[in-house]
Amino acid sequence: MLFIATEGGAALEQFMQQIVNGISLGSIYALVALGYTMVYGIIKLINFAHGDVYMVGAYVGFAVTTYTGLGFIPALIISMVVCAVLGMSIEKIAYKPLRNSTRIAVLITAIGVSLLLEYTMMYFVGPEVRSYPRLLSQKVFRFGSVIINMQQIYIVITTIILMIVLQYVVNKTKVGKAMRAVSADKDAAQLMGIKVDNTISFTFAIGSALAGAGGVLVGIYYNSIDPLMGMMPGLKAFVAAVFGGIGSIPGAMIGGLSIGMLETLVSGYGNSMYRDAAVFAFLILILILKPSGLLGKDTKEKV
Amino acid sequence: MSLLTVEKLTKSFGGLTAVSNANMHIDKGELVGLIGPNGAGKTTFFNLLTGVYEPTSGSIKLDIDGEQTEIAGFKPNNVTKVGLARTFQNIRLFKDLSVLDNIRIAMHQNIDYRLPSALFRSNKYYEEEERLRKEAEELLDIFDLSHKKDEMAKNLPYGEQRHLEIVRAMATKPVLLLLDEPAAGMNPNETVHLTKTIAKIRDEFDLTVLLIEHDMSLVMKICERVYVLDYGTMIASGKPEEIKNNKRVIEAYLGEDV
Amino acid sequence: MKVLNKKNIFTLIIIIAIYALVQLLLTTGTISSFYEITIATICINIILAVSLNLVTGFTGQFSLGHAGFMSIGAYAGALINMSMKSTSGFLAGILIGAIAAAIIGVLIGIPTLRLKGDYLAIATLGMAEIIRVVFLNMEITNGAAGLNGIPRFTNWTWLYLFTALTIVLINNFVRSSQGRACISIREDEIAAESMGINTTKYKVMAFAIGAAFAGVAGALYSSYFYFINPTMFGFQKSIDILVIVVFGGLGSITGSVIAAVLLAVITTMLQSFSSLRMIIYALLLVIIMLFRPQGLLGTKEVTDLFKFRRNEKVE
Repeated sequence: MLFIATEGGAALEQFMQQIVNGISLGSIYALVALGYTMVYGIIKLINFAHGDVYMVGAYVGFAVTTYTGLGFIPALIISMVVCAVLGMSIEKIAYKPLRNSTRIAVLITAIGVSLLLEYTMMYFVGPEVRSYPRLLSQKVFRFGSVIINMQQIYIVITTIILMIVLQYVVNKTKVGKAMRAVSADKDAAQLMGIKVDNTISFTFAIGSALAGAGGVLVGIYYNSIDPLMGMMPGLKAFVAAVFGGIGSIPGAMIGGLSIGMLETLVSGYGNSMYRDAAVFAFLILILILKPSGLLGKDTKEKV
Repeated sequence: MSLLTVEKLTKSFGGLTAVSNANMHIDKGELVGLIGPNGAGKTTFFNLLTGVYEPTSGSIKLDIDGEQTEIAGFKPNNVTKVGLARTFQNIRLFKDLSVLDNIRIAMHQNIDYRLPSALFRSNKYYEEEERLRKEAEELLDIFDLSHKKDEMAKNLPYGEQRHLEIVRAMATKPVLLLLDEPAAGMNPNETVHLTKTIAKIRDEFDLTVLLIEHDMSLVMKICERVYVLDYGTMIASGKPEEIKNNKRVIEAYLGEDV
Repeated sequence: MKVLNKKNIFTLIIIIAIYALVQLLLTTGTISSFYEITIATICINIILAVSLNLVTGFTGQFSLGHAGFMSIGAYAGALINMSMKSTSGFLAGILIGAIAAAIIGVLIGIPTLRLKGDYLAIATLGMAEIIRVVFLNMEITNGAAGLNGIPRFTNWTWLYLFTALTIVLINNFVRSSQGRACISIREDEIAAESMGINTTKYKVMAFAIGAAFAGVAGALYSSYFYFINPTMFGFQKSIDILVIVVFGGLGSITGSVIAAVLLAVITTMLQSFSSLRMIIYALLLVIIMLFRPQGLLGTKEVTDLFKFRRNEKVE
């Protein structure tokens, strides 16, 4: 009996460990997914370059901490500001002129911008993987055999704070109201005197800042960054946004956490090589079964 | 039995019932109008008939030469196959294709060669394409559009675009033609031309026509029978004169021009 | 009887003339063996681009997973060719590669082609990733290390033959009633359905034909370069193909051909600046979309440029 109990206890602890890892990873996905969902909500574009903004954020954090010796919080803030500016510039230069083009044209542009960011970065910093400086204490907390490290705590706390701020901005401020109005009906918002262009810029700024924060956090978590690091997590964050219901902010948070946990559970119990495939298989299932996602709205073309 | 028999047709979207328990029957060769104030559910009714929406309940029967088909819940392409064709309120031509191609696409189900013939261009391909082109050109000729056959559909004047949409629907060889506000946005000249076209369709092609129209004068002039839809319910049907004097219809239209 | 008309004979003469010209340049050594690889790349890219154009340009279904179908052809072709080291093995490999890719295309297409626009793009991207991960984990494909020592049967003649075949067949398809049905889906799916067109059927058909030719390209590729592994067929490769299609014009077969040649030439010229190559590709993509979103030729073909209001006849 005792043997079975410990066996069961170990299994539970292993499961809890995967959940802890999943929540940390999922928080980062959630931060990135927010940018996708906000941008999609407002201009119906899958901003392929978003994952690369997150990569740039990681590099900015790396540069700031390595060359100026600043700590975690200044690095996080600087990275968010740089990414906000980058996101706004991308929108102004590449997407805005295409506001009335076909969806496919804008999507291809987004892919182009994504490649441009990746390979421009690679041109300047080289393709090699760099290790992130250690910014946080290496302290670990043990609960039985479940290990929670300092990085994970920082990741979760930072994410929670940013999300509270975001909720406040979207729901309580004037610009947040404008964002919601534009995503509900761009033309009507325009008629109501809302500056649509500025609102879209602002949305890109916020989304990109969150991605920048995600970049710094992932650098701390995995300790390594490279110019193509944004591709896969970017796509997975998009999957998270779709799962939560594209256009929905709480949806992106739930989606991010779910994808993070799905991934760590597949790695923990199955084959880590199938991790990415599992996420995409999951995506295809959602798209087929409930394309509007958990919290999204159904839309149908008017005939 | 009537060509088209609609019984207790209902469609609800969530809590909203757009069409409720609607009945309609159309005999072969009739020209019937469907009118109603804005938002009465006319286009929803059309979308139910043509398979764009699946009805919540009710039946739609089509009787072609004694052969009955229940088409409620059919996909649009299968509805077209049975013999229903339609136009759209907000013109849906294949804008970047030529007038001729618009017609040829509508004739697709009438083509008799398969994929291997298409890929390897068998003799059958050449024969069928030749026949298809001839038929398409003849059809365009009948409706005075043959001189425009190589134009892109989007470059046609508005009236002609509406016209082409009707001809395109004709190309599917329907027995029942549904026209969704064919005169919308037309100037008086174009409307006169449209009236002639509709008459021509009926007389020369032996077709049955159901049209939704906002332009009451057009409906009253050409339709033999009229149905009136209000808040998703059929509130009246009858000859145009009867409808004109029907109390409920007048009430429904109160505030709008009758 | 009607197959031997003026237009077809003329096309055949052009096809043979191009072959003869390049063959002559190869035998006289005017084209050095270094550029032979460029030619092989051009041919394979033309097959890939023209087949993707059928799906994305003509049928309007945005696919980001074309490399996945290519990899199926590449692995199927390589495995068959390695166990049957003969020309018939090579041809069997291409045929089976094409069929396998088409079957997977149908299986993937039926559920995903219900999705529209960007959702479809992501779903096809995901499918291609899944295919890649499967190859990465299978024993028969030798996992991440890939397959080595694939016998080389692909040569200029076979490359040219299959490229010409792809162009002719896909051109025939888009100019048939089935092809027009596909084009009508791109133009307006709801109107197409109302014209009696079974849109699902034709989307899947275009997808399967596109996949089959991508499979052919994959089989030719593996037999030309001796060696394949799963990373060769990632997202990057799908984008490479998409760039060619977009650059040439969505809905223009000759556009894809010209773009494949031009981009191969640019790549070869940038050989010594390979780190700049991707930046230039990316810039090209953005600039085309900003200034000429329809690509070089739009939906026109080169042959349209020579038509002077002549009455087009079905010949």
